[in-house]
Amino acid sequence: MMRKSTTRFFQYLVLILITLVIFTPVVVLIFGSLKTTGEMYADPYTIPTSPQWDNYAQILFSSSFWVFLRNSLIVMVSTTFCVLTVCSLAAFVFSRMEFRGKELAFNFLTLGLMFPITVAIMPVFLVVRDLHLTNTLLAVILVQTAFGISGNMLILRGFFLSIPVELQDAAFIDGCTSFGFFWRILLPLARPALAAIGALTMIVSWNDLLTPLVLLDKEELWTLPLGTMQFQGQYSSDIALVAAFVLISALPAIAFYMVAERQIVAGLTAGALKG
Amino acid sequence: MEIPAFKNMKSKRGPGPSLRSPDTTTIILFLLPAFVLFLLFLVYPIARSIYYSTFDWNGLGPAVDFVGLDNFRQILTDTVFMTAVWNCLLIVVLSLIVQLPFSLALAIMVGRDLPGRAFFRAVFFMPYVLSEVITGIIWVSLFNPDPQQGLINALLVLIPGVQPQLFLSDLNMVLPCIFVVLTWKYFGLHMLLYMAGLQSIPREVEEAAIMDGANTWQSIRYITIPLLGSTIRTTIQLSVLGSLTQFNLIWVMTQGGPVNASEVMATYMYRFGFVRFQLGYGSAVALVMLLICLVFSVVYLRLARQPDYLGGM
Repeated sequence: MMRKSTTRFFQYLVLILITLVIFTPVVVLIFGSLKTTGEMYADPYTIPTSPQWDNYAQILFSSSFWVFLRNSLIVMVSTTFCVLTVCSLAAFVFSRMEFRGKELAFNFLTLGLMFPITVAIMPVFLVVRDLHLTNTLLAVILVQTAFGISGNMLILRGFFLSIPVELQDAAFIDGCTSFGFFWRILLPLARPALAAIGALTMIVSWNDLLTPLVLLDKEELWTLPLGTMQFQGQYSSDIALVAAFVLISALPAIAFYMVAERQIVAGLTAGALKG
Repeated sequence: MEIPAFKNMKSKRGPGPSLRSPDTTTIILFLLPAFVLFLLFLVYPIARSIYYSTFDWNGLGPAVDFVGLDNFRQILTDTVFMTAVWNCLLIVVLSLIVQLPFSLALAIMVGRDLPGRAFFRAVFFMPYVLSEVITGIIWVSLFNPDPQQGLINALLVLIPGVQPQLFLSDLNMVLPCIFVVLTWKYFGLHMLLYMAGLQSIPREVEEAAIMDGANTWQSIRYITIPLLGSTIRTTIQLSVLGSLTQFNLIWVMTQGGPVNASEVMATYMYRFGFVRFQLGYGSAVALVMLLICLVFSVVYLRLARQPDYLGGM
């Protein structure tokens, strides 16, 4: 009994120490964002005595922040919509239909798991340029979707396979078409899986730096990560303002994480445990 | 009770999907979007970059200056590229011997029923949700060499006799510092996956081992870890591919500097392809990276003999 409580004590000690290491950078950032740059040089790590909301006001009243936010939202929502549509259609075929070359087609579409987007971004840029799609949000959406296909289709197919075949038989006996079965029965049943994939895709798209960095040079098209990076470069001497900008741009992701933690976790673990 | 007629019907129909005639139109229409996007933005670009990699081409006008395999020869003899490969390998090795065991130890420690388990999981996973840009900017300021601006040095100088360190500006320290940040950001992901894997191991198996006289360490070593095999294989694959192609965090924190000390393959490719606009050479670098990833994936899947995949990009 004695030994057990000592073990518990050390367990919590380690966990609390790590919790501190996770939170400290974020807390220092919050403190910094509420100070003037002068205060930050003089007294960098303490709780701000009189919180300065000017940094926030300056960012929230600048149009560029809202432009970045809007672009990020457009890209995130569209990418997620496209990934869900494209992957559920393909996953339906691979889990519910038989045809010659099915195995080959499926293996082909999962090739994307062998290499991340970074490896292909240079060739992709050249193709996007030939299609005259550079400096469009559409290009970012299509590229992100293309690289989201392999993993997400695999997860959804696994989920579709777990839905009993008898349901499909019943639907067909009642005169349902393939599409009717997919749309009215399979998709509603797959809602938890769709939510998991959707949440994960949203995070990946929202945080993506490389695709927008390579495909967009016009400031009015920048997404939030790209805008944040450039803002930091431009105002690097005004560290309090940069802190506020970084914090504001982190808020949507943190808020989303708090709301959708369950879905994000489900999406990640489904991917890792299937296969 | 069996009705003979039904029994016959059932046995005639093979296993698997039970459709009327398979309708080709639906199959084609449903697969079309995935195939078009995949071919256009993944397969075709890579195939074409094989062609471009044999040219010296700055992207203006058509590629005419054919140089054969010269780009590849140049890449493989460039000491900066070799530094980049070396740095990638260092990150791979550090991830495998530090980051993954650390995450695994934490997952086992939190186990299945420690009170507060959900809280710690949520906190440890939080950095994964923050973008690399945000993570990078925060940590650059923590690593500031001036104790008045960088928290880590401010804490270090509290220890008597310790001088403030240069961290990201120090040729030898920059890569370990980046590795610390990578660990901060990604250990929660691996821990989460291990915790999910633990859930699928029945507690009774471990209890039985303990009853048979195994101590805690033996039960972890001979029961828990082998049963986590497929999850561990997945995290190894993820971690290696991620380390080989790391770009965002390093670009935000150091851009590969100082003097190429934190250069990795992806920053090298970006510098040549997009900063200097040597598209032929950049394509060749991309192909070398691709080849390294493919060789790893194929060999690893062959060795691990089990397809463990993870979703997402």
